[in-house]
Amino acid sequence: MRTNKAMLLISTLLVGSSFMFAGTVSGKVTYTGTPAKPKPIDMSKEPTCAKQHPTPITTETVVTDAGNTLDNVVVYVSSGAPDDGQVPAQAVTYDQKGCQYIPHVAAMHVNQELKIANDDQTSHNIHPLAKVNQEWNKSQPPGTPPIVQKYEKEEFIPVKCNIHPWMHGYFAVLKTSHFDVSKGGGEFKLPNLPAGKYTITAWQEDYGTQTADVTITGNETKEVNFTFKAKAY
Amino acid sequence: MAKLLAVTIVVIAILSAIPILRHTWVAPEDISTHGALIDEQMSETMAEAGISFLAAQFVLAFFIWKFSNRPAEAKITKFPGGAKGLVIAAILVVGLEVMALGIFGVKAWANVYLVPPGADAMPIQVQAGQFAFYFRYPGPDKKFGTIHPEMVNEGTQNIFGLDPEHDVDARDDVVAAEMAIPVNKEVHLLMHAKDVGHSFYVRELRVQQDFVPGLDVTLHFTATKVGKYEIVCTQLCGLGHYNMKAYLEVMSQADYDNWLKQQAGQ
Repeated sequence: MRTNKAMLLISTLLVGSSFMFAGTVSGKVTYTGTPAKPKPIDMSKEPTCAKQHPTPITTETVVTDAGNTLDNVVVYVSSGAPDDGQVPAQAVTYDQKGCQYIPHVAAMHVNQELKIANDDQTSHNIHPLAKVNQEWNKSQPPGTPPIVQKYEKEEFIPVKCNIHPWMHGYFAVLKTSHFDVSKGGGEFKLPNLPAGKYTITAWQEDYGTQTADVTITGNETKEVNFTFKAKAY
Repeated sequence: MAKLLAVTIVVIAILSAIPILRHTWVAPEDISTHGALIDEQMSETMAEAGISFLAAQFVLAFFIWKFSNRPAEAKITKFPGGAKGLVIAAILVVGLEVMALGIFGVKAWANVYLVPPGADAMPIQVQAGQFAFYFRYPGPDKKFGTIHPEMVNEGTQNIFGLDPEHDVDARDDVVAAEMAIPVNKEVHLLMHAKDVGHSFYVRELRVQQDFVPGLDVTLHFTATKVGKYEIVCTQLCGLGHYNMKAYLEVMSQADYDNWLKQQAGQ
């Protein structure tokens, strides 16, 4: 009985300390040079989608924000943090709305539930082009329930619609729960990192990856910034 | 009973001819310079096939009426029985009819396929891929950039796989999801399939041509009326075939120039 109590105390302290002394890595993703101009997407062949965009949407391969920042960059702990196996209970949602994938890049933990919904009045055929994981493609007529899927292995998977060739996106399937997708001016935040040495990777679908090493010693916030070289074409 | 069948055949044959003779289903308006020839050919084919159809039905009804109650020993059990001459004559008549249609049809066919486009015909490339059409205009340099299939990326809207970084000709190419053309100007359409077989069909233009993967098929036509028309794929090309369409906008020269400028600016 006494041993059990002691164990409980130790584990409480351990769990508690990991939160009490948890560090955070945050920063911004920026670019240098001139990125290619996003191209407008003509959806005239799908009028129910076209009318949802009075101003045509543009390609999202590179999404820039104020101050030369980059959004939609996946930033994650690629080494240092052991795979805690803590698959988030909440499903990641991926929406098809106005013949566009929202969000353009969806990051998820390996084996985390992924719910793909069709909010349009037209059929979609979602086709993630997985190479490491099992590849599939599924038709989703309007009004049908969400498609629920999981990926078992780490992979960046391009996603396309087999019916609307302009629809493109990405699934970032990661072996860590420490990830974020840059937004609102290229900002990202990786909280709850216990003390230790980490490699942080930033992945941009067209510009590739960059890494940075960071050491967290306790309850602190470390700033890590990434700068990608833009491609004009 | 046999006589009832004979009467039914005659009635059905006559009823089916009525809407054709009354022109109940008119062809869509023709907006091309070559369309009249095609329409004429269609009418001739319809008249010829229609007359043959009615004649065949009446002869069939007549024979049923007259010979259905023959005694068993008089029935023909081996083809063609005693009608050898008649069967040969029927084969010859049908053969000649089909040949005649072909010979007269060459006029309409040749006008589209055997006569080359004029020297000042405007080149436009159309690429068909599952499940959309895209159109490419050569831009002010009047040269199309080279296609690099490995560079095709619909995510960045590099639909044709152009390499503007290294290929100067590709830099001013205009790519659009709708096809705009000036009225009364000959268009030389260069057809290119990205994946499987498709078809380019604009009923008002009287144009219907398959895309064949690996072949560069060309067509030429002149639209004569301003308006918006539908381009559809008429070759079953996969799951999204039903949804494979684009629009053809026939514009005045000034509107077309503005449209092209606007597209180039994007």
